[in-house]
Amino acid sequence: MTHASSENSGPVIELNSVTRRYGTGTAEVSALQGIDVTIEHGDFVAVMGPSGSGKSTCMNILGCLDTPSSGSYRFMGIDVGQLSRDQRALLRRHYLGFVFQGFNLLNRTSALENVELPLIYRGTHAKERSQKAKKALASVGLTGWETHTPAELSGGQQQRVAIARAIVTDPSVLFADEPTGNLDSARSREIMELLTSFNRDRGLTVVMVTHDAMMASYAKRIIRFRDGFIENEESNGGR
Amino acid sequence: MFFETILIAMREIRRNVMRSSLTILGIVIGVAAVITMVTVGDGATKQVANEISSLGSNLLDVRPGQSFRGPGGTRSGAPMFKIADADAIEREIFGLAGVAPIVGRTAQVIYGNDNYVTQITGSTNNYLDVRNWVLSGGRIFNDVELKAGAAVCIIGDTIRKQFFEGQDPIGRTIRVVKISCQVIGVLKPKGQSGFGTDQDDFLLMPLRTVQRRIAGSTDIGSISVSAMDGVSTDKVKTDIERLMRERRQTGKNEDDDFNVRDMQEIVKTLTGTTKLLTTLLGAVAAVSLLVGGIGIMNIMLVSVTERTREIGIRLAIGAMEKQVLMQFLIEAVVLSCFGGIIGIILGIAASVAGAGALKVPFVLNIGIVAISFVFSAGVGVVFGYFPARKAAHLDPIEALRHE
Ligand SMILES: Nc1ncnc2c1ncn2[C@@H]1O[C@H](COP(=O)(O)OP(=O)(O)OP(=O)(O)O)[C@@H](O)[C@H]1O
Ligand SMILES: [Mg+2]
Repeated sequence: MTHASSENSGPVIELNSVTRRYGTGTAEVSALQGIDVTIEHGDFVAVMGPSGSGKSTCMNILGCLDTPSSGSYRFMGIDVGQLSRDQRALLRRHYLGFVFQGFNLLNRTSALENVELPLIYRGTHAKERSQKAKKALASVGLTGWETHTPAELSGGQQQRVAIARAIVTDPSVLFADEPTGNLDSARSREIMELLTSFNRDRGLTVVMVTHDAMMASYAKRIIRFRDGFIENEESNGGR
Repeated sequence: MFFETILIAMREIRRNVMRSSLTILGIVIGVAAVITMVTVGDGATKQVANEISSLGSNLLDVRPGQSFRGPGGTRSGAPMFKIADADAIEREIFGLAGVAPIVGRTAQVIYGNDNYVTQITGSTNNYLDVRNWVLSGGRIFNDVELKAGAAVCIIGDTIRKQFFEGQDPIGRTIRVVKISCQVIGVLKPKGQSGFGTDQDDFLLMPLRTVQRRIAGSTDIGSISVSAMDGVSTDKVKTDIERLMRERRQTGKNEDDDFNVRDMQEIVKTLTGTTKLLTTLLGAVAAVSLLVGGIGIMNIMLVSVTERTREIGIRLAIGAMEKQVLMQFLIEAVVLSCFGGIIGIILGIAASVAGAGALKVPFVLNIGIVAISFVFSAGVGVVFGYFPARKAAHLDPIEALRHE
């Protein structure tokens, strides 16, 4: 991307009075009612809040998967609202990794091919592609499961394939919507250690939704949502 | 980028074996059905056209008896023709190329230990011209043979094959009923008729010979007349009708007790019938094309939900709209063309088999091959591509949420 120079100056994410409304008329739901968020490079943010408070909605906007109804979103200083569809696709392709609340893996497609997918769109060569994908799968503890399709994997295993797919491209920012929602606490901790190490060693900025205070404690900062507003932000100096 | 998209499209085809093969099947059925039916139909038409041209298209047949009672005047009690009737037609009708009086009988023919039942036709040399027969060997009758009613004959190719396979029949003697008869000529084959009659299964003798020695009467069964090129057969027909009414002294209010059949009319009816057959087969084929098309459509539309989710995933991980569309287009084109090619191969194979079984010539209509291919493949491409177009234009999250 052309604006890579701005990487070390200013925040990576800046939301200004962002709203998101669903539906129209009497059926209208205001999922986000004016959100201001700033996230710096290398930050590790946990987003918490009750169900329906707008966490996923906010994550989708941050991940350039959805567009705000009003307000502005600057990513590395670029106003995302001004970008074309293709430019946003390139932004996702080169800078963002996303782990969905519902995995969103391709059916009937092996774990390895699922993880390879973002690399194919990047034009990575076949050999390098499968190497990187295998490495990513290994990093989430799925060595030996490469040829299994989602239907042959447990929920937790599918979640880990989704994480491998999100990190295989070495993104600048990883968005993870409840990445440990389907995992037991030991496995959850492993994933959190993994994300923490990416954050620490590679400078990966992580934004993660979780309901679990234990998981949130890995983050440097916690943002709490309530009814489409940010209730409070606290820094998590402990770790 | 193009290469990656091809890779993705191929992976998607391989992954969805069921969907892919159903799409291919729909196209195969459509294409193969159309090609087979139209090719066989065209073959039948060609066959009829061939027969007609071998018959001679300026031909008129004059027979005693009323037309609606069918040929064979004796049944209707109408008087038979005499040789004088044929002479009168030749003398008084303008624009004729030839007139051939005909007496026919079915009889047994014997050569050595072989015997065979065939059609004996008594006529003059004109018969050969009027009915478009050509000699493959030997000679035609001479005047002496014709006048004297000599025991000579010209044989059709079927009889040559029956008796003289591998030998020269000219000069040999066969027994026709009780007459020893010398073969003086052999006819070139015209081939099997599509209506089950073997045109070459007959032998020709001088008119007198048949009248005197076989039929035992001076009657003639029918008169074949051929009009000159450029002369209207309709005109010739009415002229003959008038002449015959005169000669037979048919009263003003009486119906004809003879009939003149214009081969051109028969030709028209026959080609009309076979054209109708082709149209009918074509219609049946069009229906199968349509059914195949609907099948493809169905499969494509049913898979839209799943594919919309797939599109959402691809967009979310950084695919551009045009890459997704290209992928879907490649998938659709590859499947459709593959199905189309298999359909063409199967269709041609079935046509060859069908033409062989029905004994009609194999005439491949390239236009139909192209049309059926383009139609089926078009349906595949359109219904593979257009649902995707809508989905690829959504925000990734909307595509992912699609139910
Ligand atoms: N596509 C949609 N159409 C209509 N309303 C929606 C849609 N998506 C979300 N909402 C509404 O927006 C609000 C916020 O939803 P969101 O998914 O962001 O909540 P969440 O905080 O992620 O909840 P959870 O913790 O259960 O995942 C909810 O009231 C929800 O009903
Ligand atoms: Mg959520």
